[in-house]
Amino acid sequence: NMTSISEDSDKEKMRSVSVDLNNDASLVIDIPDALCERDKVKFTVHTKTTLSSFQKPEFSVPRQHEDFIWLHDTIVETEEYAGFIIPPAPPKPDFEGPREKMHKLGEGESSMTKEEYAKMKQELEAEYLAVFKKTVQVHEVFLQRLSSHPMFRKDRNFQIFLEYDQDLSVRRKNAKEMFGGFFKNMVKSADEVLISGVKEVDEFFEQEKNFLLDYSIKIKDATAKAEKMTRSHKNVADDYNHISGALNNTAADNNTAFKKHLEKCAEVFEKLRKVEDRMASDQELKLTELLRYYTRDIQAAKDLLYRRARALADYENSNKALDKARLKGKDVAQAEENQKQCLQKFDKLSESGKKELTSFKARRVVAFRKNLIEMTELEIKHAKNSVSLLQGSIEILKSN
Amino acid sequence: MFTEEALTAPAQKPPASSSSSSRTNGVHSEEQDLFSEATVELSLDSPLNDRKKKDAVKPSLSAPAASVASSSSKAPSKTLEELEEEESEDKFDLNISVTNPEKVAIFHFLSFSFFKGTSLTMFRSKTFTVRRRFSDFLGLYEKLSEKHSQNGYIVPPPPEKSILGMTKVKVGKEDPSSAEFVERRRAALERYLQRVVCHPSLLQDPDVREFLEKEELPRAVSTQALSGAGFLKMLNKATDAVSKMTIKMNEQDVWFDEKIQDVENEEQHMRKLHVMVESLVNHRKELSGNTAVFAKSVAMLGSSEDNTALSRALSQLAEVEDRIEQLHQEQASNDFFTFSELLADYIRLLGAVKGCFDQRMKAWQRWQDAENMLQKKREAEAKLLWANKPDKLQQAKDEIAEWEAKVTQYEREFERISATVRKEVIRFDKEKARDFKRQIVKYLESLLNSQQQLIKYWEAFLPEAKAIA
Repeated sequence: NMTSISEDSDKEKMRSVSVDLNNDASLVIDIPDALCERDKVKFTVHTKTTLSSFQKPEFSVPRQHEDFIWLHDTIVETEEYAGFIIPPAPPKPDFEGPREKMHKLGEGESSMTKEEYAKMKQELEAEYLAVFKKTVQVHEVFLQRLSSHPMFRKDRNFQIFLEYDQDLSVRRKNAKEMFGGFFKNMVKSADEVLISGVKEVDEFFEQEKNFLLDYSIKIKDATAKAEKMTRSHKNVADDYNHISGALNNTAADNNTAFKKHLEKCAEVFEKLRKVEDRMASDQELKLTELLRYYTRDIQAAKDLLYRRARALADYENSNKALDKARLKGKDVAQAEENQKQCLQKFDKLSESGKKELTSFKARRVVAFRKNLIEMTELEIKHAKNSVSLLQGSIEILKSN
Repeated sequence: MFTEEALTAPAQKPPASSSSSSRTNGVHSEEQDLFSEATVELSLDSPLNDRKKKDAVKPSLSAPAASVASSSSKAPSKTLEELEEEESEDKFDLNISVTNPEKVAIFHFLSFSFFKGTSLTMFRSKTFTVRRRFSDFLGLYEKLSEKHSQNGYIVPPPPEKSILGMTKVKVGKEDPSSAEFVERRRAALERYLQRVVCHPSLLQDPDVREFLEKEELPRAVSTQALSGAGFLKMLNKATDAVSKMTIKMNEQDVWFDEKIQDVENEEQHMRKLHVMVESLVNHRKELSGNTAVFAKSVAMLGSSEDNTALSRALSQLAEVEDRIEQLHQEQASNDFFTFSELLADYIRLLGAVKGCFDQRMKAWQRWQDAENMLQKKREAEAKLLWANKPDKLQQAKDEIAEWEAKVTQYEREFERISATVRKEVIRFDKEKARDFKRQIVKYLESLLNSQQQLIKYWEAFLPEAKAIA
């Protein structure tokens, strides 16, 4: 079961959360197409660059989801990036929904009419395609976040990811053994306590901490509620579909003037279904996906605060150790050196953290603006389609 | 108190607020008004129509008359045309609406009042209001059914009893579900009455007139709940009866055979369709609820947002979603009242149609039984002749004469009921097509309105989104 997409004008609209990430012509990345074999998605990562660090000016490589995760993890584990917001890893491609539907389709094939089966198959393909487009988008944005960041774009592993024309799976296995996922394996719940417990002297970080803690709860909630709303919307579209089918079945057995009305009505419901479906999926793509993405991004910002809080804790500990050393009169120089390094690290994290969090704000606002505008314009467009469809049908029904 | 209300309402109503209501017969209710007025408007009332109607309808009130005997099976195609022609000319002017449900605290029953404006000469006054209980409606059905079902008329079935719904109202629960129940019942009773008065024969029935006019009705006793189960029994009888029919197939019988099959099929389809529409109603209500919840969540997010412009836009978005939730609520109501209830009504009506066929079968059975009895009597006479018992012979001859008369009578009755059923089914089909068309248009118009509102809301939001900086 293979599906592929290639460059099309829809892609511009698809990139819901990436806002002007491909500004810099010196390194331009996109995912022009992807192949889906069973559950495995093979992304084609395409790079165009003027940077001399790369061997060629333009090239493409095939990559799997696991390769992206490997790249994300190596960046997270890199000490010198502790002061940056690490772009959140793309979620695993989730074909559960379409797969379930495909199963149902296979089971129910014998009990359906040819038309019903064809219709369901069409729906299934559309759903499959939607999941597919979403996952391509989110993987693409991840890479573009990296390429548009002054430090990440220079990362060695990033370059390998983009360029290395062999299978990355060997590297991936080695990396797992090397790092053992030490940052990642830490209990996430400790973050909250640590961050909130820090005695903050810096006004900026105090505000940021309060903002991020509160906002992360709210945006997570909004995402969940948006998902529920979209599901309901899709259920309504589904019902239109079933009603259309039932009306057609009724019409088939009818031999009076009534038949025409039934058929017309069935047609209207079928068309309405398509519009409602588009409305629901556009709202999902523009709003729900946006909320989902920024929930992850907010978490990445919180991770930065966490790392800084840890650095502060380390610094405070090093102070205590220095006092102890001075008291004992032993290893004072070492303790002084340690304290200096801790302070340096903390200051560095604070400085870059401030920059990152400020630009994060700007990025978030721009993304929200873009998506809210696009969503609104699409909703208006679809509603207008509905209106003309309904007006036309009402005309025809009344004139008969 | 409501009489005043009732009298003023028709005056306020614009004469041609919608082209569809003046051309077709059926419901045209005002929006957002519990006390919606139902208009059954067809063509103009004229003395010629009145008289013709009265003539055509007389047979329903008395024994088979000459005018009906002429429409026998002798020339079927011609009769059919005539019947159809008569149908299209049966028009009249009668407004009915069921309004003002109120709970009378002392007696714990729901009382409905309805007013009518009418120009029919048979009614005493032009506009009047009476109060009726739900059991009165059931009582009316009982009476009509008793009188007319056996003659093959399709007597519209009343709405079903609902113990649960009624108990909530009695207990005094002022919650949305009991308000919904009251509205549902009110609308169902209104449609029921409209169907009754739409029926040219039933309208002439004195019980109907009494129901519409009389101040106080005697309390209806033993109103059997016309439950779903009761109807099912009736449906099964009709289809069984058809299969028992073994007389030679002539053109008429083929028509009935095909028709009952069509009715069966249609009923099956409608049931399926009804299930789906009910699913739509539920999902739309869910969507409404989820949209409201989402709106609150967005409002919370907006208040947490530290960028002023974005914060403002998010709270505007929350307001838009709130308004959209309202739209969904209203649409769910339309899904239900305009579409779902229509299907529920017709499922019950198709049951009533089957009942007619059942009655026809009963008449046929009576005729057949009489034929058999006559045969037996003749055989008995023959035996007596052979056994040479002269005194008993006279009795046998009398009995033969008696049964010969019965056979003739039952045969005529069977033909009469067949003709009535046929006419009724044709009328019913026409009305059903009109009803559905009107309701479908109304439903689509509600969807249209909803979408137009949606455009307004989003267009108002767009500048807010663009203002984010």
